[in-house]
Amino acid sequence: MSTIQLDEHKVDCQHGESVLDALLREDIDIPHACREGVCQSCMMRSLDGAPPAAAQKGLKDVLKHQNHFLACLCYPETDLKVSLDSPEDFYTEASVIGKKLLNPETLLLTLHCQQPLDFYAGQFVNLKRDDGLTRSYSIANNRIHSQTLIFHIRRLSGGRFSEWAHRELNIGDKLHVSDPQGFCYYLPNHPEQNLLLIGTGSGLAPLAGIISEALHHSHGGEIHLFHGSRELDGLYWIEEMQQLTQQYSNFHYTACLSQGDAPEGFASGRANDLAMRTLQNLKGWRVYLCGHPDMVNQSKRQAYLQGANLQDIYADAFHVASSTLA
Amino acid sequence: MSENTASLYDQLGGEAAVNAAVDIFYRKVLSDHRINRFFDNTDIEKQAAKQKSFLTMAFGGPNNYTGTDMRQAHEHLVKKLGLDDSHFDAVMEDLTDTLLELNVPQNLIDQVAAIAESTRNDVLNR
Repeated sequence: MSTIQLDEHKVDCQHGESVLDALLREDIDIPHACREGVCQSCMMRSLDGAPPAAAQKGLKDVLKHQNHFLACLCYPETDLKVSLDSPEDFYTEASVIGKKLLNPETLLLTLHCQQPLDFYAGQFVNLKRDDGLTRSYSIANNRIHSQTLIFHIRRLSGGRFSEWAHRELNIGDKLHVSDPQGFCYYLPNHPEQNLLLIGTGSGLAPLAGIISEALHHSHGGEIHLFHGSRELDGLYWIEEMQQLTQQYSNFHYTACLSQGDAPEGFASGRANDLAMRTLQNLKGWRVYLCGHPDMVNQSKRQAYLQGANLQDIYADAFHVASSTLA
Repeated sequence: MSENTASLYDQLGGEAAVNAAVDIFYRKVLSDHRINRFFDNTDIEKQAAKQKSFLTMAFGGPNNYTGTDMRQAHEHLVKKLGLDDSHFDAVMEDLTDTLLELNVPQNLIDQVAAIAESTRNDVLNR
């Protein structure tokens, strides 16, 4: 018998009884449906290190990596402390050490954190202003720089945080940075796997972090980046990416413009369409999608239809906070 | 017939067979122009999990299928998007093609098809 601890509850789990059944028996409300490891609605996280491997069957490797498991498949041998929450919102203080424009609408913001952050390239954090106004932004650098965080902040008309960051935030100002969140990130566990990364607008931020992390780990598979925007003004880091293609023969970069005729060196069309046309067989590939929710959803489906495994498709849809909230 | 006591699910190859079938079947469904519009607004990961539950059931495997779930899940498609027998037939065809592609013997295909067919009235809310 083992003891399961969830928040203030302590429940005995009998031999042969799943964690889900034990918690439900004590009338603790746990989301669940199929009870056979398919629907994944009873997913929770172990706070005591790695859960039994059998309970992680079918989960994405990043979820396994963060000790998530399915309660309906978990028959613990030892006591287990579990949580239903996502990583708690702990905040650390950071100060602005860099601010410059990448293009007319995107700000490169560099923060120095008081505490080193244990993040993975591609994750995001919440940035909180003193008055509590909070927005999520992706980290654009790799995890070698654990105290420095880079963000690409696109100015949205009526966007309270982004307008403020563009106009009023100054070097030396303080911001609060949450613990890193999200599952769209790079793990160096399959260095031979080919990577396709598609981003629109400031969706380049997490992808740039992932690429730099992958290259730092001498990723051996091919790495294809398609970065798109409507017009040339919406792209940035073009030279930086081109330079990487010179340095690393397995890195390929396509800058895509969806409106009008593309000048020399640019591809004409939407980034996801061009990527899917160029790379018709995605069997065995790992795919990262960041940017506009419609692009992300369409590409998820298309990548799957072109052979990618659903567990190898990592997506981060950038939902814009409503500007009508006064 | 004592020599044939293995369940349909075991004869098909259990969960590994379901996984192989979902992989082919769901791609077929999403590429099938007769029916793929019904999936336009679905999250493909959640939908793939549902397809796996459905195929597990059709393969005679462990499930807690209730017609009620099937009815609720398809009600708006019947009422708003005109889901009817022709679309159900298309899914049945994709399912059979999937099993043929996996070289499943015809007598097992027939049994799977019969189980899948038994959901028709629930799916079409009749």
